[in-house]
Amino acid sequence: ITAQENENGKSYSTKVARNPKMERLRYNYLFPEISARELQHVTEYPNAKVISLGIGDTTEPLPDVVASSMANVSFVYSGSKYAHSLSTLKGYKGYGAEQGSKELRKAISETFYKDMGIKDTEVFVSDGAQCDISRLQLLFGSNMSIAVQDPIFPAYIDSSVIIGQAGDVEKESGTYQNVEYMKCEPQNSFFPDLSKTASTDIIFFCSPNNPSGHAATYEQLEELVQFAQENGSIIVYDSAYAVYITEDRPRSIYEIPGAKKVAIEVSSFSKIAGFTGVRLGWTVVPEELLYANGYPVINDFNRIVCTCFNGASRIAQAGGLASLTSDGFKAVLSLVDYYKENAEILLETFQSVGLRAYGGINAPYLWVHFPGSNSWDVFNEILEKTHIITVPGSGFGPAGKEFIRVTAFGHRENILEASNRLRNLLS
Amino acid sequence: MSAIQHQNFSTSISSSTSTFLGKTEFKNIKSLNVLIPSKISGVVKCVASPSAEKTTECEIILLDFDEAYKTKVSRNENMAKLQAGYLFPEIARRKAAHMSKFPDARVISLGIGDTTEPIPEVITSAMSKRSIALSTVDGYSGYGAEQGEKKLRASIASTYYANLGIEEDDIFVSDGAKSDISRLQVLFGSNVTISVQDPSYPAYVDSSVILGQTGQFQKDVEKFGNIEYMKCTPENGFFPDLSTVRRTDVIFFCSPNNPTGCAASRDQLTKLVQFAKENGSIIVYDSAYAMYVSDDSPRSIFEIPGAKEVALEVSSFSKYAGFTGVRLGWTAVPKELLYSNGFPVAKDFNRIVCTCFNGASNIAQAGGLACVSPEGIKAMQNVVGFYKENTDIIVDTFNSLGFKVYGGKNAPYVWVHFPGQSSWDVFGEILEKTHVVTTPGSGFGPGGEGFIRVSAFGNRENVLEACKRFKQLYK
Repeated sequence: ITAQENENGKSYSTKVARNPKMERLRYNYLFPEISARELQHVTEYPNAKVISLGIGDTTEPLPDVVASSMANVSFVYSGSKYAHSLSTLKGYKGYGAEQGSKELRKAISETFYKDMGIKDTEVFVSDGAQCDISRLQLLFGSNMSIAVQDPIFPAYIDSSVIIGQAGDVEKESGTYQNVEYMKCEPQNSFFPDLSKTASTDIIFFCSPNNPSGHAATYEQLEELVQFAQENGSIIVYDSAYAVYITEDRPRSIYEIPGAKKVAIEVSSFSKIAGFTGVRLGWTVVPEELLYANGYPVINDFNRIVCTCFNGASRIAQAGGLASLTSDGFKAVLSLVDYYKENAEILLETFQSVGLRAYGGINAPYLWVHFPGSNSWDVFNEILEKTHIITVPGSGFGPAGKEFIRVTAFGHRENILEASNRLRNLLS
Repeated sequence: MSAIQHQNFSTSISSSTSTFLGKTEFKNIKSLNVLIPSKISGVVKCVASPSAEKTTECEIILLDFDEAYKTKVSRNENMAKLQAGYLFPEIARRKAAHMSKFPDARVISLGIGDTTEPIPEVITSAMSKRSIALSTVDGYSGYGAEQGEKKLRASIASTYYANLGIEEDDIFVSDGAKSDISRLQVLFGSNVTISVQDPSYPAYVDSSVILGQTGQFQKDVEKFGNIEYMKCTPENGFFPDLSTVRRTDVIFFCSPNNPTGCAASRDQLTKLVQFAKENGSIIVYDSAYAMYVSDDSPRSIFEIPGAKEVALEVSSFSKYAGFTGVRLGWTAVPKELLYSNGFPVAKDFNRIVCTCFNGASNIAQAGGLACVSPEGIKAMQNVVGFYKENTDIIVDTFNSLGFKVYGGKNAPYVWVHFPGQSSWDVFGEILEKTHVVTTPGSGFGPGGEGFIRVSAFGNRENVLEACKRFKQLYK
């Protein structure tokens, strides 16, 4: 974007200083960068069939029961038995509760937190995890120290920089002064050595992990909760991929005793129900989670939600509710299975050419190791030679330098085609 | 000893009692009539009634300070500066309490500005179509551009900013103005100073407090430190005397105004733009009610020459298309708007939108596209027209009762003067005696004291009935 010149030939600037925290962001947000590279490549090779295994975007259509619930909430043709759409007097509703509809909050607590003692009033429905993460940062404020896994989905760090927690960037490594990076690599089974981890106020922990695909075990999460208790930290646990778990791993942090006193959990319908464009998620804040002075975190989060947000779209919420009915949940889980089968195919592909591919079993991401390489170089080579978009591991942190993230979202025929091309390139 | 530790968080329970409930009432926690002791779960207890849909349900309070495990994380001190719950959930709480007390009363809500009329079919059928399309191979779409779908951005630009030099890529589609205001605050950061109209929509001040731009709340003047409040009264025609306003980085300006209902004139906005230019300030112009303008008052700040170098504009489909629950709005950031170092504001806003947001719902956007089609615009004008008729009825009612009435011509809000009275007292009296919910002016700032905001959203029957009751009360 360039400024235009006024008639004096000089651009007018306001006297408002640019927010210095924005200046600390090193690059553009990772995924628009990947999109831009894809666009560039498509333009350069208009006849190539580019396959995207980059951005973790769902591809399969919504189940009928979910789509029709959203359609019916909007509008019904006269003569239909549904009288309660937004285009009717009886069915019209305006503002909803900022925390979400009671029914949806209840359905979420019953579906995902059964027997964990999470109440519907502790569930806050949102327009997705990315927005929730930023709202949580607003809640915490700039005086927090944070710890993140390395590698990790970039929104935790970027939002931390924007709110002013992260400090300055170290130019060479690209890491931030005030952020504690918890290395997760094959050598430590993708779980950080907490004995070497500094104490911070907030610990962001994503499991199953984006990008490594690792789902922490019960023992590992018990260790994490204990670590948080000893340090008085708050865990922000991102469980967006929990439904992809195949092995015996916790799906929620609240399966760990004591977690309600130390953890917030964020999740999303994006990868459960294909709602990446529909926009729906939730955050759980237990009543027992208290600040140092005893003030309940939930009160402040509620205030943020009421002041900085106005609720998720009614229509999206109707879709969410439909996806949690018995039929709806079966239908969305069958799509999850579809993506999991994709992951199996891709895992086999990489294994067949002798590459170590982690993840793929408990998450829709494969974390492929190219020892001794630079991930952007590998990304570029794969793109140039096979027209496949992936994501370079270093986009997720320094520990990602030798890795490539491959997503398992895609139409089956594209996954199979991509597998063939990769086999040809890498064998 | 188990004790409710009030002193540790005077902003939790007393958050329901502070300025909003007036200084003369509720001094004593025990007399707080919205306290309905309910669930107790170990060390915390839920207070306040969770009935009406738009309430904040439970305030959680700590029962046993000594026993409860506490993290070592400090509460964000900016949150502690907030005096009470956000205004509209407070109103909803009062309404709910009233309905519990009078279960047979027909309570009519002219309080929260919530739309009531069905969304026109041209718009809802588009959302229905998009929903169904998402269940098809060809029609399914995943993540959309965070800035919004191209067609919608282009149509918003051409519908609302034709010939004003605002283009498709200047438009950022959102889930509504309230979210945009907070994202703009995140963009500006904690080191900016702001000015607001007094009275004004509370989100500007509250978001400013949360971001750490303000000082403490000063109870004597009912203002937050470091915010410049630009008084808007009948005496100054509801436009601030800019010669008395000190320079701030950001100026929040809402026109047509919520709550006063007044729309600034071309002359006034020219003065505002000049003021911003002289001071190097950025105007955040909230034009959510522009379609309610009846006379030749400007509908966009960009109608004023030079505005693109000093202003960005926030708007919403909420009050045009009844999208209060559907969630869709936009912010227009001109390319010419630059920080002091020449860096374009739009570039940073784009980064915020890509990092802190993930786009408005694709279904809502499909509805938005239908809204700005020729048929959709006509349909929205009909809806707006309906609420404007409501406004006329309310204005006539209060005029006939001898009140000084403001607004109502260019906005769906009527600003009624009750000189010398506490607006919360008047709110309470109207609620008790007519079962009509309004909004006390002081909820919008100290400049709102002595006024009541009556919103014109409601079905015709309810509006007529409410006016009948006003006539009985004040005859």
